[in-house]
Amino acid sequence: MSTIVFAGAAQFAAVGYVASGIAWPGVVLLTALLNARHLLYSAALAPWLRDVPFVRRAVMAHLLTDEAFALSIGHFRRLGRTDERGYWLGAVASTFIPWNLATLAGVLLGGEIPDPARFGIDIIFPAAMIGLAVGLITGRREVVAAITGAGVGVVVALVSSPAIGIVTGGLVGPAIGLLVPATIAEERAPLGTAASAERYAMPGTHVREDEAP
Amino acid sequence: MSTELVLLAVLMFGATYPSRALGLLTPGLERLPRVALDYLQLVGPAVLAALAAVNVMVALDDAGSPRFHVGIEWLAVAACLAMTAWRRNLLLGLAVAVGIVIVARATGLAALPG
Repeated sequence: MSTIVFAGAAQFAAVGYVASGIAWPGVVLLTALLNARHLLYSAALAPWLRDVPFVRRAVMAHLLTDEAFALSIGHFRRLGRTDERGYWLGAVASTFIPWNLATLAGVLLGGEIPDPARFGIDIIFPAAMIGLAVGLITGRREVVAAITGAGVGVVVALVSSPAIGIVTGGLVGPAIGLLVPATIAEERAPLGTAASAERYAMPGTHVREDEAP
Repeated sequence: MSTELVLLAVLMFGATYPSRALGLLTPGLERLPRVALDYLQLVGPAVLAALAAVNVMVALDDAGSPRFHVGIEWLAVAACLAMTAWRRNLLLGLAVAVGIVIVARATGLAALPG
């Protein structure tokens, strides 16, 4: 499952669903819901990877996880260009291989650990997610998007389900973030201009003012 | 080990892959309106923060219904956030978060989950 599905949260949830006797169609539907956030990651990465051949992008898609997304888009921004090798390193070497090796180790040795929660293992995922979010924050808009995403996510999760809450937070947060008045020079630049693009170091997707028709 | 679950894994892959691939394989996404591109660049912080917040603040009760959760996990994640922002070092942040949880649970200050 770690190789074929390669989605930690969905895998953990599936174990619980199967153990509690939920029928397979229900498990599959809940998996789709849990992983719907990848649609946002995929769309956010698309402008960066537009020059990568289709087949390689199709393989990249299978390896797209929370960690691979955050590592690669942060890396692209720092470089100011797309680095395909960087994506493969982030997705395969630091995520896919360790995840599958750790799964194997868990199958073989997990029973020897009396209670993994005593070692704080359950906190690693949320702590890693917030740490990766920090790495993507470059201005007030990101801060507001993150805070709004978290707040909306929790409220919606409480009245519906965690999966719906996460996707809703991910959709509403950026919309509110865009409403924030700009303070730094790049933020003061009108959205979509070259100055705005430079802030995200996303070459080729925005037209410079002096090149605009 | 049940081989039946391999079929379930394949079905789960079928439910997961489209959401991962749609954006990457849809042609011309980079030609979206500029506001949409700027919106997409804010998706990362929003989704990751939502994941972290929902993970530590929402728990499921025995019936599977979500309920608000307050616990040592809040402090651990906040410490990781602060450490990562301050030192720009995620590994250090994770170590601090795990350390807080281990100490709190070992000393009885926090209950084990579940």
